[in-house]
Amino acid sequence: MQKTSSDIQSSPLLNAVLGLAFVLAGTGFCAAQDTSLPSVGVSTAVESGSVLHVSTLGVADVKESARIPVQVEKINELVRKSWADFNLSPSAPETDAKWVRRLYVDLLGRIPSPAEQSEFENDEAEDKRAALVQRLLYDERYTLDYARNWTTIWTNLLIGRTGGTANNSLVSREGMQKYLRDSFARNKPYHTMVHDLITATGSTKPGTDNFNGATNFLADKVNEENATLATSSVSKLFLGLQIQCTQCHNHPFNDWKQDKYWEFNAFFRQTRALRRFVPGTDDIASAELIDQDYAGESNNPEKADLFYELRNGLVKVAYPVFVDGTKINPSGYVEDVNRRQELSKLVLGSPYFAQSAINRMWGHFYGYGFTKPIDDLGSHNVPSNVELLSYLAEEFRKSEFDQKKLIEWLVLSEAYQLSSKVNPGNQRDDPTLGEVPQFSHYYIRPFAAEELYESLLLLTRGPSEESNYQTTEEQKNAWLQQFSREFGTDEGDESIDFSGTIAQVLMMFNGEMVRAATRADGGGVLQQILQDPKTDVRVKIERMFEAALARKPSRKEATAFLQLVQSSNSPVEGLEDIWWALLNSNEFIFNH
Amino acid sequence: MFFSTPSGMSRRHFMSHMLGASAMVGASMAMNHTLASAAATLRANNKRCILMWMGGGPSTIDIWDLKPGAATGGPFKPIRTSGDVEICEHMPLTAQVMDRLSIVRNMSTREADHDRGRYYMHTGYVPNPNVQHPSYGSVIAHELAEYRKELEIPPFVSIGGASEGPGFLGMSWAPFNVDSNGRIRDLEMSVNEARLQRRLSSLQMIESSFISENRGTGAAEHAKVLDKTLQLMTSQQMSAFNVSQEPTAAAERYGTTNFGRSCLLARRLVEANVPFVEVNLGGWDNHDNIFPTLQDQRLPELDKGMSALVQDLTERGLWQDTVVLWMGEFGRTPRINGNTGRDHWARCWSVVVGGGGIKGGIAVGQTNEDGTQVDGPSYSSEDLMASVCQAMGISLSTTFQSSNGRPMKIANGGKVIKELFS
Repeated sequence: MQKTSSDIQSSPLLNAVLGLAFVLAGTGFCAAQDTSLPSVGVSTAVESGSVLHVSTLGVADVKESARIPVQVEKINELVRKSWADFNLSPSAPETDAKWVRRLYVDLLGRIPSPAEQSEFENDEAEDKRAALVQRLLYDERYTLDYARNWTTIWTNLLIGRTGGTANNSLVSREGMQKYLRDSFARNKPYHTMVHDLITATGSTKPGTDNFNGATNFLADKVNEENATLATSSVSKLFLGLQIQCTQCHNHPFNDWKQDKYWEFNAFFRQTRALRRFVPGTDDIASAELIDQDYAGESNNPEKADLFYELRNGLVKVAYPVFVDGTKINPSGYVEDVNRRQELSKLVLGSPYFAQSAINRMWGHFYGYGFTKPIDDLGSHNVPSNVELLSYLAEEFRKSEFDQKKLIEWLVLSEAYQLSSKVNPGNQRDDPTLGEVPQFSHYYIRPFAAEELYESLLLLTRGPSEESNYQTTEEQKNAWLQQFSREFGTDEGDESIDFSGTIAQVLMMFNGEMVRAATRADGGGVLQQILQDPKTDVRVKIERMFEAALARKPSRKEATAFLQLVQSSNSPVEGLEDIWWALLNSNEFIFNH
Repeated sequence: MFFSTPSGMSRRHFMSHMLGASAMVGASMAMNHTLASAAATLRANNKRCILMWMGGGPSTIDIWDLKPGAATGGPFKPIRTSGDVEICEHMPLTAQVMDRLSIVRNMSTREADHDRGRYYMHTGYVPNPNVQHPSYGSVIAHELAEYRKELEIPPFVSIGGASEGPGFLGMSWAPFNVDSNGRIRDLEMSVNEARLQRRLSSLQMIESSFISENRGTGAAEHAKVLDKTLQLMTSQQMSAFNVSQEPTAAAERYGTTNFGRSCLLARRLVEANVPFVEVNLGGWDNHDNIFPTLQDQRLPELDKGMSALVQDLTERGLWQDTVVLWMGEFGRTPRINGNTGRDHWARCWSVVVGGGGIKGGIAVGQTNEDGTQVDGPSYSSEDLMASVCQAMGISLSTTFQSSNGRPMKIANGGKVIKELFS
């Protein structure tokens, strides 16, 4: 196993934007066996310029395979085993052009620009897929894009699409995103990030004293209803356990009893979110998350208890006990024991911790995880490929929860290189038909709302146009709100009325963003293609196809669209109409 | 009218033929079709359904099945109604129309989690990771589509909330979500006829090439939704959404609240022959401070909108054709908790149903003295759904083929609540 050393590079752009200082450390592909808890300081590995080699099918070239992360080969082996077990023949490898589009969407949350697309396609190096992955993960030109995408994903997981958007919310969406952006830009290890989120204290809002953006995760989840939301969110997100089912009754599908829920819930009883008002008004300016002594419901802080009621009306008592049965000191005095600190240690040490992270990441890149739903790893729900899930969980732990490493393993694996076109030998590998996914082809999926927004933005904006991060985020939020629906429950459930709906088609047909993107004089990609004096209409059409769909038009399409332009009032009008059609097509709106 | 060009008619005609999804996707559409019984298909069917969905789980022990004097009873008193039932004193207007509505007091279910309860009550099935079941609105829209060939607007509209999805029936049967003001964004495409034609024919070409590449069913589903959208963009029937055209008196009768406006919009939509409309009123998850919340906020809003809807449908001669259903994901605990609230409770609770030929004015079943269990037989979500289908003239022998090839009985094989049809 090879160890790569990394050059220490300062990052003026990033430092300027995020105000970061990098602490750099070099780690190899198979890092130390140390699985201890995070130190509070953040160590960040930045791989710069170390190039991995991977042939199209991942493992074909034995000589080169030494430079592929060993995890990739193991993933390939385990996935292939399941193809053999289910007698599936994998799809052919995807073309470079389509694959680069896929990678940008999954990794950066947007399609590549025409320049990025052709840079990759014109690269003749054999290992260019691996090199591109390195570039998107470690080149500072992409740090902001990378951090923005994962901030979006994690904001939605932690506080939802509507968290912090209501008046008088305790949550500062901006504060949450600031914390996440900093974390992803530094590639903060996953366990350190989760530790921050579970244990955070301080103020929610940027610019206030004692600001700590990580507090926004729990700020509106601890005060109401005995911290029900904190309990269910922490267990679901970081352990993949749905213990909220046992709040009112024993679990219907496994052997969990109601006590499990309340014992977990007890870890949050020292925590409060204090409101800070705008002076002289009732408006909430920010919130302060604190830990304070908990006296317990019997007012005995040395053994601070809580009561809960069984369905038959009997009342029972609970103290903090982790899901695996580990008890902690029941004292309610923060000085004796800080319950959230203890919980964080237990969560981070649990085998479910790494597994749930792997399941979610795999689901992100492959469309489906190893369980359905993705955040339900309880004993009643056996994962589809236990060996692979456990292997990756173990490796992720060994890497000290390096999220970029994990991404590298996932996107360089053979299954991720495959086309979404099915063949007679894997047609039945179709999770939309209720089959267990075996990843013998890429599963197409519509862009998430944010992915579509960022992609349209890219096509609308000029090549060198810079945008203000916060303004862009606010505009994106305003745009998203038109698709958000709430369910009217206290748990703040929400859904997004987006993929495949009439509302989405209307927005794509007639909405402001698409109108802007389809104007020949709008300053966007269309204008750049049309203004190029060196190309004729035929080539312009080709460029448009490449920019929107990452492919050239078929001969039939080329002829038809050329005729269409010729029959238009003006070539510009005809090309604008073709651009509109390209952006409205299924082929554009699906990651495939 | 959504287009100012005088050639609106030809544009409409043109657009409706431009992207015929059936032509584009061919045989794959046959995938889900149903084996409806011959008798049912021969009848004309003008039935509609309005579901009043009470998100959060309403406290039916305080509204429809009061327990005065019991420790669990709460402070509200029952009042007499125009039907043979008593209901909460804070529902005086609805009390006057109870001759047309019946209360099913012996609902007993097992799902006491919001997501699971919402899914179960909307579909008749408990959540299953491998199959997505279609909800009420999708099932009814799908079954009645053949009687509504003239309908150009979506057959399943959800007002002010998300409802549940179409499951294996596919996105073309998804709810069309609008707010209570009925406004719909981005309806206008401001280009001339010739350009529109170029756009749509280009789109059709790209769309069908991607479908033919065999990359998954989502590609063809997208084409079907394009088709529905085009139909809607050019339809004069869209004026049904224009609830602001109603006279002030009508608006005041329903109440100038979101729920009131939603009920009024629902009436306009069923008048336009939309077969299924869901109206949402949230805020029933009253774990704390339940009684003032019900008395001062939820019940007055509900009472006004619900009573006006029943009365208005009756006056317009629509009552016999319109099934009205009131429910949430579950009821609330008889025991009043330490925060003067009630928690989730599925073991015994009530729903309300009427119209479309369903018998009104009665209470079906009963709960015991303190409302902690059903006395006698009980009914489930499946039974309720079967009863609504029965009233809608949809055959209960209808069977769907789910996407994984398994046959699925409509309403999960539930039994009709016979008291509602005697």
